[in-house]
Amino acid sequence: MIEILSSGALNSVQDRGRRGLLSSGVCRSGAMDIQALDVANALVGNDRDAAAIEVAAFPFRLRFPDRAAVAVTGAIAGARLAGRRLPPWWATEALAGDELTIDPPTVGARVYVAVGGGIDVPPLLGARATDLKSGYGGHEGRGLRRGDRLPLGPRSPGKLPDGGIGALPPPGRDVADRPLRVLPAAEWPEFSEAARELFVTEGWRVTAEADRQGCRLDGPELIRERRRELLSHGIVPGTVQVPPSGRPIIQLAEANTCGGYPKIATVIEADLWRLGQAMPGDTLRFAVVSRDEALAALGETAGWLDRLRSAAALYRVP
Amino acid sequence: MADDFIISDAGTGALLLDVAGGGAFDEGRQARLLALADSLAGADGIDDVVPGMNNLMVAFDPLAIDAGAMQRRLADGWRIAAASGRAGRAHEIAVAYGGPDLRDFAASLGLTVDEVVKRHAGAVYKVAAIGAMPGFPYLSGLDPALATPRRAMPRQGVPKGAVIVGGGQAGIMPITAPSGWHILGHTDFTLFDPHRAAPATLMAGDTVRFIIAGVER
Repeated sequence: MIEILSSGALNSVQDRGRRGLLSSGVCRSGAMDIQALDVANALVGNDRDAAAIEVAAFPFRLRFPDRAAVAVTGAIAGARLAGRRLPPWWATEALAGDELTIDPPTVGARVYVAVGGGIDVPPLLGARATDLKSGYGGHEGRGLRRGDRLPLGPRSPGKLPDGGIGALPPPGRDVADRPLRVLPAAEWPEFSEAARELFVTEGWRVTAEADRQGCRLDGPELIRERRRELLSHGIVPGTVQVPPSGRPIIQLAEANTCGGYPKIATVIEADLWRLGQAMPGDTLRFAVVSRDEALAALGETAGWLDRLRSAAALYRVP
Repeated sequence: MADDFIISDAGTGALLLDVAGGGAFDEGRQARLLALADSLAGADGIDDVVPGMNNLMVAFDPLAIDAGAMQRRLADGWRIAAASGRAGRAHEIAVAYGGPDLRDFAASLGLTVDEVVKRHAGAVYKVAAIGAMPGFPYLSGLDPALATPRRAMPRQGVPKGAVIVGGGQAGIMPITAPSGWHILGHTDFTLFDPHRAAPATLMAGDTVRFIIAGVER
């Protein structure tokens, strides 16, 4: 069990999200930065489906009544365990009574805290992810608050070595200002050539309307030459819609499962984490890639995570 | 006619099959799409099969399934899909007609409240798709006399249970959420319960009739 000492309502229990229920109107939900979640789980020896805490409101404090392995990944934020500083992307053993404090990030928006054994809230619709918009899943279908006690699952055998272990950030994460890679989507050909050019050359500012549902961008107006109404259709996280205002909206983890706005592109799966770490005022750029490049990027991350899991297992001590 | 479709990328691991041909919603094509959806659902490597309005999105694991093969599977599946697919269940949903929009809605169409209620409750609706919100049904079959543009300003909180129409479509709010559709009444019918294995009450292919439980004029 862990005990929340201070939290904002935007902090929630998240895992990799729900699959197979989009046709019931149930969005995927899950971590906004699945890479960081995966790394945190790998470092403490959890299964990849284990749930962790997504921290988007700071400062965040929790207490370990019992000894536990803890990993902190994602945004670069000052984290202290029992007063000692934890480096970024690091995991260590917390002793009974230790407190973990996480200050606002200096880079990025969301920090992931995984605990050995995973946050063991009851699974709902195949996942432990909280759907904050609809109010189900996770811990009582809501964000965390002071006094919440979260159960932990059985942790894997062994423990972390003295001083803990760390990971390098996943491939490409340390490259600042790299464009978001996209594949053209259904209505791409209906935008003017000038609009398509603007889309990939301009910087797009993240507005204050950025949350787990989506991210509204500001920049020049993208003109769609063919102004026909679309019938409602299924959408996935990463879909870049262009509503009549001409300014893109990127649909994310808690987006509606169907939409009707034209879609100019889709952010590739391997780059979705960057939208989970985008802050209002940040500038994003887009670059069109081929399906092969998108697949290679996904495969690279998957292979890197597999190696990290094997390496982390080797460092565990009896 | 059978070849009149477009398949586009929806990111690395999803494809969108659009059979609308840029035209209006067609019931026959929808029935064929639902049959295609049933033939794909649950297959290895396929995460989600999502019927929309005359379109179908399939999400899959792109490291397990080749997108080109998936594209051919969709194209071939659409060509041979027969409209005899889903049987569908019939639902009767009791509506207390009234609320903030009903009178203005009737007036804007030059109809009385009773005429609006009679037309809305007189139709047999087909659940074309479930989506947007948890359990939200896109209902086709609205009397064309009740088709109106959506509200100029969406309402921030349209309550759970609101029976609504927008454009040529009808629906029911499964949760309280923003919507630009017009409210014609209210129902206690449960559309969504996350604690059931199949959380949405209605399924694409079902039929719905509204029963008049009362009219507030």
